[in-house]
Amino acid sequence: MNLSNRLKNQHLLWRAAFGPMAENAASLDDLSQKKLWELLLKTSSKSPTKIAVAQNLTDGLVKGVQDLSMQSELLKAEAGRKRRQQSRDELKNLNLLWLDEMINSEAQLREKMSLFWHGHFACRVINSFFQQELLHVIRTNALGNFGDLLKAVSKSPSMLQFLNNQQNRKGSPNENFAREVMELFTMGRGNYTENDVKEAARAFTGWGYNLQGDFVFRKFQHDGGSKTIFGKTGNFSGDDVINMLLEKPETAVFITKKVYSFFVNEQTNNTHIEWLAQRFYDNNYDLKKLLQDVFTSDWFYQEKNVGNKIKSPIELIAGIRRFLPLELDNDQSQLLFQKVLGQILFYPPNVAGWPGGRTWIDSSTLMVRLQLPQVLAAKETLTIKAKNDDDVNMGQMMEQQQRIARNKAYTNKGASADIDWSLVLKVFEKIKRDQLPQKIADTLLQSKSRINDAVLNKHLAADSRENFIKTSVIQIMATPEYQLC
Amino acid sequence: MHFKRKEFLQIGSLATASLMLPKFLKAFEHKNMVPPGNKVMVVIQFSGGNDGLNTVIPITNDIYYKERPKLAIKKSSALSLTDDVGLNPALEAFKGLYDEGNLSILNNVGYPNPDRSHFRSMDIWHSASNSNDYVYTGWLGRYLDAQCNGCNKPTQILEVDDVLSLALKGNEKNGLAFTDPRRLYSSSNERFYKDINAAHQGSEETVDYLYKTMSETLSSANYIFQQSKKNPTAAAYPATEMGKNLKTIASLIMSDINTKVYYLSLGSFDTHVNQEAQQKRLFTELNDAVKAFTADLKKNNRFDDVLMMTFSEFGRRVSQNASNGTDHGTANNMFFISGGLKEKGILNAMPDLKDLNQGDLKYKVDFKNVYATVLNKWLGSDDVAILGKKYEPLNFI
Repeated sequence: MNLSNRLKNQHLLWRAAFGPMAENAASLDDLSQKKLWELLLKTSSKSPTKIAVAQNLTDGLVKGVQDLSMQSELLKAEAGRKRRQQSRDELKNLNLLWLDEMINSEAQLREKMSLFWHGHFACRVINSFFQQELLHVIRTNALGNFGDLLKAVSKSPSMLQFLNNQQNRKGSPNENFAREVMELFTMGRGNYTENDVKEAARAFTGWGYNLQGDFVFRKFQHDGGSKTIFGKTGNFSGDDVINMLLEKPETAVFITKKVYSFFVNEQTNNTHIEWLAQRFYDNNYDLKKLLQDVFTSDWFYQEKNVGNKIKSPIELIAGIRRFLPLELDNDQSQLLFQKVLGQILFYPPNVAGWPGGRTWIDSSTLMVRLQLPQVLAAKETLTIKAKNDDDVNMGQMMEQQQRIARNKAYTNKGASADIDWSLVLKVFEKIKRDQLPQKIADTLLQSKSRINDAVLNKHLAADSRENFIKTSVIQIMATPEYQLC
Repeated sequence: MHFKRKEFLQIGSLATASLMLPKFLKAFEHKNMVPPGNKVMVVIQFSGGNDGLNTVIPITNDIYYKERPKLAIKKSSALSLTDDVGLNPALEAFKGLYDEGNLSILNNVGYPNPDRSHFRSMDIWHSASNSNDYVYTGWLGRYLDAQCNGCNKPTQILEVDDVLSLALKGNEKNGLAFTDPRRLYSSSNERFYKDINAAHQGSEETVDYLYKTMSETLSSANYIFQQSKKNPTAAAYPATEMGKNLKTIASLIMSDINTKVYYLSLGSFDTHVNQEAQQKRLFTELNDAVKAFTADLKKNNRFDDVLMMTFSEFGRRVSQNASNGTDHGTANNMFFISGGLKEKGILNAMPDLKDLNQGDLKYKVDFKNVYATVLNKWLGSDDVAILGKKYEPLNFI
C-alpha cells in the first residue's frame, strides 16, 4: 500500500516532533519529507535558553544550609521541610515550562530528543536546582555528541546524588552509579562482569558535588590504586572509565537500539540497527547524524513503522495541544493528567526510566486518555441534537449530563480550557462538506483503523459545519485510534 | 440437549440447597456473605529492595552487630520472637500476629545467580523466570490466562495502584489496575465508548489491543464497582495509602466478587543512605494498615481464607555502607499472614552470616517454590503449567 505524502509528513512530525500544529497542518500535502526534515533540523539548531525556576532557591538553599549549623534540631527540621516543599513547587514549574516548550517551541526536534534523554538518563531527586541544571545539560547536548552528553550527565549533581556517588569513597565504595552507567546508560546488560562494576566504582570514588551544585573531585576520597576493568589494568579515573565505555562498540549498539525503539518501532530490525550503530560509532557518536540516518531512511516511512506506536502521556498531551490551541483554566491540571496517565516529568518510576509501549496502557490509564479531550472541551456548549427521535435525544441528554458529572473531578481542578477554534477551522476551510469526515480523520489519525462513520455521526453535532468539525475533532481524539502515532 | 440438562440440574441443586438452608443460618447470610473456603491472596511488594536483616533480626549474632556498627538494631529494641530472633520495632502488629500463630517467616528466599539491579531482579520475581531468561509475562498474569480463558472480565487478579505491574500481565489477559472502584467506573460508563467498541472490526494489532483493553474495562469496571458497594467495610483504617488500599481490598473480599488475588506495593525501600528513618516510616505505614486489615477480616470471619504474602526484589548487603545505608544484596525473607496457616512461626533457619557470597547471603529457598505452593495449595491452580516446571511445594499452607 502506498502511504500518502501527508501521512508520511505527519509520521515524521509525530516521531521527530510532537505532532502537527493547527497552523501548519493544512500545508502537509505537498511538502517533501526531506524538506520537512531540513526544517526540523534548522529550527532546532540554536542552543536552548535555560529554563530557570530555581535560581533564588539555590541562594536560599545554600544560605539555609549554612545557617542550619546554628539552629536547633526543631528549627532545622522545619527549615528542611519548607525547603523541600519549595523545591517540589519549583519542580512543578519546571515541568510545566518544559511541557510548554514541547508544545510551543519551534525547536521541536531538540525537545523531542530531550524527552528521550530525560527517560534514558532517568533521575529522580527533589532538589529543583539540580533537576533544572540536569535538564539544561540534556537540552543543550540533546542533538550534539553522545560522549559529551554522557560526561556532562555523569558529573551533574542530580545524577551523582540520585545514584549515590556522593557517598562513593575510597575504602567504602558505593556501586550504584558504576553499575547503572554500564547497565542503563551505555552498554547494557551482558557486556560487563560484576567485577567490572566493583572496580569501576573504585574509579568513580571522589566524584561529588558542593552546595552550589558544582561538580567537585575530592582527591582525598579517590582510590588511586590499580584497577582491572574490561581486562585492562591501570590507575583508572572516572573519566577513563567513561572513555572506555565509549570505546566499546556495544555502547553504540545499545544507544541505537533504544533510539530505534523510541523513534521507529519497538520491534527492532537487526539489519537497520547494525547499519545505524556502525555509522554512529564511526561518526564518533554524533547524534544529529544518527537521527538524520533514521529520519531520512526509506524504511522509516514503511507502513509497518507508521501508526504503531502508543503515544506516551506527554506525547499525547502535547500532541492534543499542538493541534488544539487552548488556554487551560489552570495550567497545573496538566500535572494531574501526567499523574493519572503514568508519566510525570522529573519523576521517572526508577533509574531505568519509563518502559513505554503497551505498559502505558491499562484499564484506568486508557479510560483517562479517552476522556482527556472531552475534559478539555468541557466548556463547549455543543448540543448534539437534530435527531428526530425522542429516545435518542433523551439518551444523549443523559449522556451529556453524565459526562459533565464525570468530568467534574477534572474541571474542578481547572482542567477545562478555552479553545481557540479559528486555526482548527482554517485547516479544513477548503474541504467540501461530504469530504470532511474523511479529511478530519486522516489529519488526526496515523492508524489504518477508522471509526465507523455511522457510529461517529450519532455522537456529533450536525447543526452547523463549525460544530460538526468541533465535535468530530474532540470525539476522534477520544478514541483508541488516537492513542497511536 | 445433554449439556442443557446438566446445566439445569446444577442450577436446580443450588437453588434447592439455598431453599433448604435453615432459617437461623439464613439470618447470618448478610453478616457473612462469603462462604468459607473461598481462598483469597493479597500480595504486598516491598519495592526497592527491603533490608531483610533489619526486618527479621538475628539478635544474638555477633557478625551482624560487627558488620553494622551504626545500623544494627539492638536486641533491646527489637520485638522478641524467639531467643535468637527479633522483629523490627516498627512491626508491632506483626509481632502480635506471630504470637497468635497467624504469621510465618520464611528466610533466605531468592534464586540462583541473583541480579542486583532493581528492575531486572523485580522482573525475575514478577515473571518467575530464571535470571538469564527474559520473560514478558508475569506469574499472576499467567494464572489469569488460565482462570479467565475466554472470559470477558479479567477481574480474578486486581492491583490497587495507578500502574499495572508485570506480575499481573499474562499472554492473553492483563489484570486490572485501579486505585478507586468508583473512579474506574465513572471513567468508563459512557455510551460513546460502548458504541465505538461494538462497531470496531479487527485492525492493526495495537489498535485491537487497545479495543480489547477498553472492552474488558467496560465490563469489569461495572462489576467491580457494584461489588465494592455490596458490603463495604465500616472499620477504621489509617489514612495512609496502604490503609486506603487495604480498605478497598477488604470491602471487595467481603463481597462475592470473583477476585482471587490482590496486589499492592509499598516503597521505596532502596535505602543506600540513612536507612533507619526510611525503613521505619514505611514499616509504620505497613504495620498500622495490616493491623486494621487483619482485625477487620477476623471480625468478618474471613481471616482463615485470606493469605497475605510479602516479598521484595532482593535483600541488602550484610555490611552497612559508609552512609548509614546498605547496598543491593540477594536473598531475603518473606512474611505469610493468615488465620489458615498450617506451619506457624519461623519456618527455617536464619541466614548464615558466616557463609556469604561476596558479602551477600546465599539463598536456600527458591521463590518459585513459594509460588508453586500458593498457586497449587491456596489457589488450586496448575502450578506446573504456570511456572513451566514442577517446583516442590512447601508446607506452610
